[in-house]
Amino acid sequence: MRKVLLATCLGTMAASAAGVAIANDELSKMAANPKDWVMPAGDYANTRYSKLNQINTGNVGKLQVAWTFSTGVLRGHEGGPLIIGNMMYVHTPFPNKVFAMDLAQDSKIVWKYEPKQDPNVIPVMCCDTVNRGVAYADGKIFLHQADTTLVALDAKTGKEIWTVKNGDPGKGATGTSSPLVVKDKVLIGISGGEFGVQCHMTAYDLKTGKLAWRAYSEGPDDQIMFDPDKTMALGKPVGKDSSIKTWQGDQWKIGGGCTWGWTSYDPELNLVYYGSGNPSTWNPKQRPGDNKWSMTIFARDADTGMAKWVYQMTPHDEWDYDGVNEMILSDQQMNGQNRKLLTHFDRNGLAYTMDRVTGELLVAEKYDPKVNWTTGVDMNKSSPTYGRPKVVDQYSTEKQGEDVNTKGVCPAALGTKDQQPAAYSPDTQLFYVPTNHVCMDYEPFKVNYTAGQPYVGATLSMYPPPGETHMGNFIAWDNKTGKIVWSNKEQFSVWSGALATAGGVVFYGTLEGYLKAVDAKTGKELYKFKTASGIIGNVTTYENNGRQYIAILSGVGGWAGIGLAAGLTDPTAGLGAVGGYAALSNYTALGGSLTVFALPQ
Amino acid sequence: MRRSFLKSHAEDKLLRQFTLALAAMIVVASAHASFAGDVGDPAAVKSEEGKYLDKDGNPTFKVGADGTVDWYTYSGYRRYHSECHVCHGPDGMGSTYAPALRDSLQKMTYEAFLEVVASGRKNVNASQESVMPAFGDNTNVACYMDDLYIYLRARANDAVGRVRPGKREEKPAAYTAAESACMGKPQ
Repeated sequence: MRKVLLATCLGTMAASAAGVAIANDELSKMAANPKDWVMPAGDYANTRYSKLNQINTGNVGKLQVAWTFSTGVLRGHEGGPLIIGNMMYVHTPFPNKVFAMDLAQDSKIVWKYEPKQDPNVIPVMCCDTVNRGVAYADGKIFLHQADTTLVALDAKTGKEIWTVKNGDPGKGATGTSSPLVVKDKVLIGISGGEFGVQCHMTAYDLKTGKLAWRAYSEGPDDQIMFDPDKTMALGKPVGKDSSIKTWQGDQWKIGGGCTWGWTSYDPELNLVYYGSGNPSTWNPKQRPGDNKWSMTIFARDADTGMAKWVYQMTPHDEWDYDGVNEMILSDQQMNGQNRKLLTHFDRNGLAYTMDRVTGELLVAEKYDPKVNWTTGVDMNKSSPTYGRPKVVDQYSTEKQGEDVNTKGVCPAALGTKDQQPAAYSPDTQLFYVPTNHVCMDYEPFKVNYTAGQPYVGATLSMYPPPGETHMGNFIAWDNKTGKIVWSNKEQFSVWSGALATAGGVVFYGTLEGYLKAVDAKTGKELYKFKTASGIIGNVTTYENNGRQYIAILSGVGGWAGIGLAAGLTDPTAGLGAVGGYAALSNYTALGGSLTVFALPQ
Repeated sequence: MRRSFLKSHAEDKLLRQFTLALAAMIVVASAHASFAGDVGDPAAVKSEEGKYLDKDGNPTFKVGADGTVDWYTYSGYRRYHSECHVCHGPDGMGSTYAPALRDSLQKMTYEAFLEVVASGRKNVNASQESVMPAFGDNTNVACYMDDLYIYLRARANDAVGRVRPGKREEKPAAYTAAESACMGKPQ
């Protein structure tokens, strides 16, 4: 442990001396060491891939539980721990505890941090009091609290170094996402799309917590940090007032577009990538226009925050298909050319492959064949609707109108995938994607806006696609062709982040609580173990003292805990309504714990 | 207050006054810690402009022999699945972090229901952190208190199942007028 501390200290000193670029180099270097897991997504590219291969397809079946740890918190546990040398950092949902444990001393708790937060923030969080993990850099642990406070803790002692408030929970703004440290800045998003928050991505100074830049998802050009001539959308400059002219009056001020998902970073291009969520309200009739730049992929300069390019996936959303899911960066050959790619599995059921340098759209295909609200994206560059999804009238809640129940829309508002991140293996060049296999009825109606109160405006009911009884799939996806390579059925939505490894094994968790290991090439199940509670956390791996470990947070909850705890529809209705309709509460119960696996010695 | 919640508090100002009054009431009411009470027989004995009342004069549901539900039950279903289900789960079945209201309403009186919805409720201790916000100022909820109560009372009594109500009575004209006034919409 001492060695690690020393290294950390040295790193800190170097960073203070040389300033800007070092923290970034430090993190890049640390992320390249597969023994550690230094950022929630594993690396800046958000691949969730590890070079560790001690656990492989031949021996993963012998995996055993090495140790477990209870967090003492009951609600939904998203995200996963960080591992830096001998230290492991475990976070919890509200009240957002952080435990620092020494792996060299049988995971003894070195320090524990628990912020004081007003519990009134709890009901303002739309879908449980989740938190997706802490970040590390510069000898500090960064925690994004439920009440939007960003706090920098001394990684050695847990002492507060600085705190800053990122938003007003009194107006419905909350914090669930994980921070990302880029160079000398900490980037965080904000939640509150169901409360009419004007959401933003904000960068704070790593040393002091001073605000460096803030870019809103909708608003005037200066607020959204767009250059009308230089910010590009599908190869063309966006022009003046690209956002506000797509909203009626001042509606952009309560427009949502929240940034509660994941952020990735390309150090060479110096661009950060993230997505924005649904426009507020869920009633599309009430907010005419494209509602830019909700439902958008942003590429921004990491230093200045200025937008280099944008792509709106779901203009004028009618189904709550937030665009916040992770952007996975890969360098691959496509049609004989080396391309810097960005792959994104959107809530709307389409998987997008883009050129991350220019924002050119290369592939947009359904990653669940049941997706029916669109017939696909117009890929004709000379078409006036280039890049827009073609909406099917029958499933358009805008076309069907207010007070009409639009039936059988696939996917449901949960999306074909939500925030639970996919993994990419450069070995197979495949993406491993946890998905929801759920459809819905959606009825929009008029609502009034009251600051700090829910601003929803639609009634939903959710169920598996007609004729099917499973509500999830775990798939392997080829981003170059836009095709599913293999697909494993799961009884419930897969709400756990995946992990791909050089051992040829892919890991994920299930809502019943299983940690599963499958063959990266075929999807064949090689191992499963039922943990203490349902899994909505992300699988992590690390090496300590010569052994490779797999770590996963259990603790059912999150959005999955809303519908699935009760079962989605009447458990007695319909013929053949077995398995898939059954309530999750028959399989698992609440409780946060970390389970760590290793091969027997 | 009971019977004509919507009408008598048609305007926002009045609504605030009501919430204040309710808050004052709760200070008194909180002397008894539980919201449980005798909820009475849910059978509808009369109707006032499309709203059914039980023998105690409390709002209640009416489900016809062919499954036709009263307007309030239907409206309550819709409003519930917009405003409440994100915590309390679909069809009042509860979630991993909020109670099943189909169970709660078996014990909770109409008055207690109004109190909790308007003023919120906290249950924060070592083993749980349950917090319900106050909806008294939220017209999307406050204008539909009776709708929500009637729907959930129907669920609590298994009068409607875990499905969207199919056939329903027409929207009463008086309801439309009161709703528009309460929501601040042009009639």
